[in-house]
Amino acid sequence: MTQTAAPTGVPVAPNEQGKAPNFLARLTGIQSFQILLVLIVIFLIFTLLAPTIFPNWTNIRQIVQNVSILAVLGIGMTFVIITSGIDLSIGSVLVFSGVVSAKVMQAIGGSGWGTALVGLVVAIVVGLLWGLLNGFLIAKAKVPPLIVTLGTLGAALGLAQVITNGVDIREVPTVLTDTIGYGNVVGTTIPLISLLALVIVVIFGIILHKTKFGLYTFAVGSNEEAARRVGVKVDRQLISIYALSGALAGLAGLLSLSQYGTTAIAGQSQTNLNVIAAVVIGGTSIFGGLGTMFGTMVGLFIPAVLQNGFVIIGVQPFWQQVAVGAVLVAAVFIDQRRRAAAARGSGSKSKVSLSSLWTRKK
Amino acid sequence: MTSTIPILEARGLTRSFGAVRALDHVDFDINAGEVVALIGDNGAGKSTLVKALSGNLALDSGEIRYAGGVVDLNSTTAASKLGIETVFQDLALAPHLNPAQNMFLGREIPAPGVLGKLGFLDTKAMRLRSKAAFDDLGATVRSMTDPVGGMSGGQRQAIAIARAVAWAKGVIFLDEPTAALGVVQTKNVLETIRRVRDKGVGVVFISHNMPNVIEVADRVQVLRLGRRIATFEAKKTNMEELVAAMTGALDGAGA
Ligand SMILES: Nc1ncnc2c1ncn2[C@@H]1O[C@H](COP(=O)(O)OP(=O)(O)OP(=O)(O)O)[C@@H](O)[C@H]1O
Ligand SMILES: [Mg+2]
Repeated sequence: MTQTAAPTGVPVAPNEQGKAPNFLARLTGIQSFQILLVLIVIFLIFTLLAPTIFPNWTNIRQIVQNVSILAVLGIGMTFVIITSGIDLSIGSVLVFSGVVSAKVMQAIGGSGWGTALVGLVVAIVVGLLWGLLNGFLIAKAKVPPLIVTLGTLGAALGLAQVITNGVDIREVPTVLTDTIGYGNVVGTTIPLISLLALVIVVIFGIILHKTKFGLYTFAVGSNEEAARRVGVKVDRQLISIYALSGALAGLAGLLSLSQYGTTAIAGQSQTNLNVIAAVVIGGTSIFGGLGTMFGTMVGLFIPAVLQNGFVIIGVQPFWQQVAVGAVLVAAVFIDQRRRAAAARGSGSKSKVSLSSLWTRKK
Repeated sequence: MTSTIPILEARGLTRSFGAVRALDHVDFDINAGEVVALIGDNGAGKSTLVKALSGNLALDSGEIRYAGGVVDLNSTTAASKLGIETVFQDLALAPHLNPAQNMFLGREIPAPGVLGKLGFLDTKAMRLRSKAAFDDLGATVRSMTDPVGGMSGGQRQAIAIARAVAWAKGVIFLDEPTAALGVVQTKNVLETIRRVRDKGVGVVFISHNMPNVIEVADRVQVLRLGRRIATFEAKKTNMEELVAAMTGALDGAGA
């Protein structure tokens, strides 16, 4: 009796099909549409207030470039939060991986692709190891993710400072800074780092929404016990996901080295919170089981556009933090209402909230 | 329909939770193609017994035999490999997944060819088969794409039952499967139980509804305080006798 055998006594109906699913709605989820509208409105407001500066490509390009590294981190965080977990350690793992990678590249010497490639592999592997440590402690030792990653947050940052004596390493192969750091896609003005980030985001977006690995991620976050009972290897899934988050933080470490030309040890203390905020603003439920990659990307752009726009229109940029805080709380509020609606068993709650959004706006 | 070797047999199963002895040397047996009702008061140990026999509970002591051979049901995977499926009292569905995803969770159909190897799934095939399984059960599951968390208790129960029925080849446990169901759906479930039995599967049916028990079961086994205290032929018993056994009026001493 193989496990994958077709169910007995369940004939396949030839032409019957359930309602044709709205593919786009499935892929993006409803809250990410709402948040996309918010982003568009913010964008239009800044365009009206600063029509010559804000919407031109040089400025947009700047925003896109600024978001790229966070986007790589946001991928892992989306998977993690869908399992109802959290990963506070990404900023520190980014720094630690960057430091180790920079040290190794320094030791090898040279500023060519060979050195850079070794640096890349080292950064990803080091990140992966931190992620595996997180995953094992969470899945096997059953320590809550908040505590585990709070611990590795401190440990990774502390060790990075031990390794460097707290002094940033500023030697980064020039091939990295020239291409990934500041370079454009050949023949365009699109930042290379952004294209790289986009490709990785799309790949993992497909994995999250279209493959078994993605399905199991949602299943574990939705009902861990149910997943276990049907034979989903929950522990392995969790370890893989934290390992993924760590590996991506490692990659982000190299991207950060390339972009800033320094290990920037002190520069990542807010990174974890910024990424978590973006994921949550994008409609991923901190209670697990629900979320989209698309939403996370939109969620990243809202703080970035606000910050950029405030600077341009001459508002103190500190207001950005206030605005992002408000958006964050609003996003979780919507999530809570949605969960309450689901608990009441109203089948079409998503449509209701979308239409109410349309009718109430303006 | 009495074969000499039961498809599933438990002897002397014991499990304590702290001071509570949920199972106290309980015996149980079921033959292939037989419906056994498992009854008993709240807390008698029915759900605990089901968990033990479906690979969801470690035992302190006791022996489980499947088709005559001793087996170690240390995981649900081990149980489902033998063809043992369970509808738990708490349903065990993932609320954010849709009916088809729940139906096939852990046994997804891969997409054809290379895509399947990469982990992509044949969503359409799973949807079609799930729908067929629900129709088979007469279940009113309206949408294959909405999360089951937003569906009614009865619909969720139907999905859980359809899933177990579709995969069970040896024994199926139904822990209060009709508790949330309407009259029509209850009839459907009882009908399904008979149909599954006629395929040669052993069906263990837990219910507090005595008329249903007498209607559908071949034998009735009564649990009380973690022990099997009586077994009745369903045709030769009646409601009074069953209730008396459950409440301990029959065994006098009571324990
Ligand atoms: N995980 C657990 N931890 C502690 N005690 C438990 C646990 N599971 C079951 N018990 C106890 O074991 C006893 C039997 O419980 P069980 O759920 O098997 O009863 P039941 O016959 O299914 O009752 P019901 O008809 O209410 O579903 C109860 O006293 C219960 O409190
Ligand atoms: Mg019970």
